[in-house]
Amino acid sequence: MSLVEIENVHKSYGDIEVLRGVSLRIEEGEIVAIIGRSGSGKSTLLRCINGLEPIQSGTIRFDGQQVNSADTDLRKLRQKVGIVFQSFNLFPHLNAERNITLGLTVVKKMPPDEARTIARKVMTQVGLEDKLDAYPDMLSGGQQQRVAIARSLAMSPKLMLFDEITSALDPELIGEVLTVLAGLAEAGMTMMLVTHEMGFARNVAHRLVFMHEGEIWESGAARAVLDDPQTPELKSFLGSVLI
Amino acid sequence: MRELTTSDMFWLLFAARWTIALTVVSILGGSLLGAIIMVLRVIPFPPAKAVAILYINLIQGTPALGQLFIVFFGFGVFGYDVSPWFAATLAFSLYSAAFLGEIWRGGVHAVPHAQWEASASLGLSTLQQLRYVIIPQAFRLSIPPTIGFWVHLVKNTSLASVIGFIELTRAGQIINAATFRPMTVYLTVAAAYFVICFVLTQLSARLEGSLRVAR
Repeated sequence: MSLVEIENVHKSYGDIEVLRGVSLRIEEGEIVAIIGRSGSGKSTLLRCINGLEPIQSGTIRFDGQQVNSADTDLRKLRQKVGIVFQSFNLFPHLNAERNITLGLTVVKKMPPDEARTIARKVMTQVGLEDKLDAYPDMLSGGQQQRVAIARSLAMSPKLMLFDEITSALDPELIGEVLTVLAGLAEAGMTMMLVTHEMGFARNVAHRLVFMHEGEIWESGAARAVLDDPQTPELKSFLGSVLI
Repeated sequence: MRELTTSDMFWLLFAARWTIALTVVSILGGSLLGAIIMVLRVIPFPPAKAVAILYINLIQGTPALGQLFIVFFGFGVFGYDVSPWFAATLAFSLYSAAFLGEIWRGGVHAVPHAQWEASASLGLSTLQQLRYVIIPQAFRLSIPPTIGFWVHLVKNTSLASVIGFIELTRAGQIINAATFRPMTVYLTVAAAYFVICFVLTQLSARLEGSLRVAR
């Protein structure tokens, strides 16, 4: 059994079909990068995995549990699937520590002391142990994104989803976030990342998926896909992005 | 007809305590029910939303004066005699609940949708999301319109004079009937309302300022 099993998923927004029969399996410990033009459905696919977006047909299973089923307790499932967004989405009224401990104390009912210990641990992991008291608006974009990663990590997820997490950052801040991701990769975290960072995808991802018009157009080992694109669509896409 | 005396004026101004009491109790009752209305309005459960919207439309679509009469005389129809104080606080609480519920719903909707997604992704339930993430952010956004409604309510409590509740306006009517000094009496009444409302708007400005610093 794979950790994530996506089978023939269709999703529409009104009349517009954004996912047209997507199937994909992710093994535990695997790192999969999803690339493609905007509007190709890559972010939508990611958001379907933790049930943020409902699907019209097909199945998505995470850890053996069907995501798109009325019987599934999405709250339980989401504790095991971390997601980090392009726009950070930290809670602006809470400091970094409280952003991280909220899920632990409220959802996991962990005692505050224990939660604070975890907050310190994950903040150290992202290199921000001195920013526990800082509010989001006192942090740079790169730091906010690292806190957002720490917030997800604190829940000890089995899978992490990253939705274009460097796209809203100034170029000089991208490196620090990618360094954190590389650290996670080394630690063996299962990750799916939608990204425009081709260099990073090539070096860190095990597998690369190219999406085009709501379908998986090409996929395979990251280097092979990037170095030897088979379809004109991927060739043209790679030609249009800076590597 | 008799002369307007200093003790008349004191009695008049002292009646302001009933205006204030009526306002405060109605705000408390209205906030409690208004919070429920707001929650019904924002949780993803259509029947709850429908009930809340019906309530809001009924209250906002009918005059406060009519609601006051319905509550006051309505109990009488069923054989219960209620005091003007009870009828007025109940009617104004029901009235405030609709407006406050709608104001706070607006505050909740002004919080970016991404905050709902981020908190849902951590596994929070809808009520946990509201309590820990959404309402704290909606609170600050809601302060100016909330206090604006309080000011509106202070003045609207004058309607309670028609069911014989002696507050500021009714006290003015009584003194004026005895002395026939309408300008002096009603300007004093107006000034008293103004002072109460002015204090409230100052409070609003202070609160907003301090919350901006404290985040």
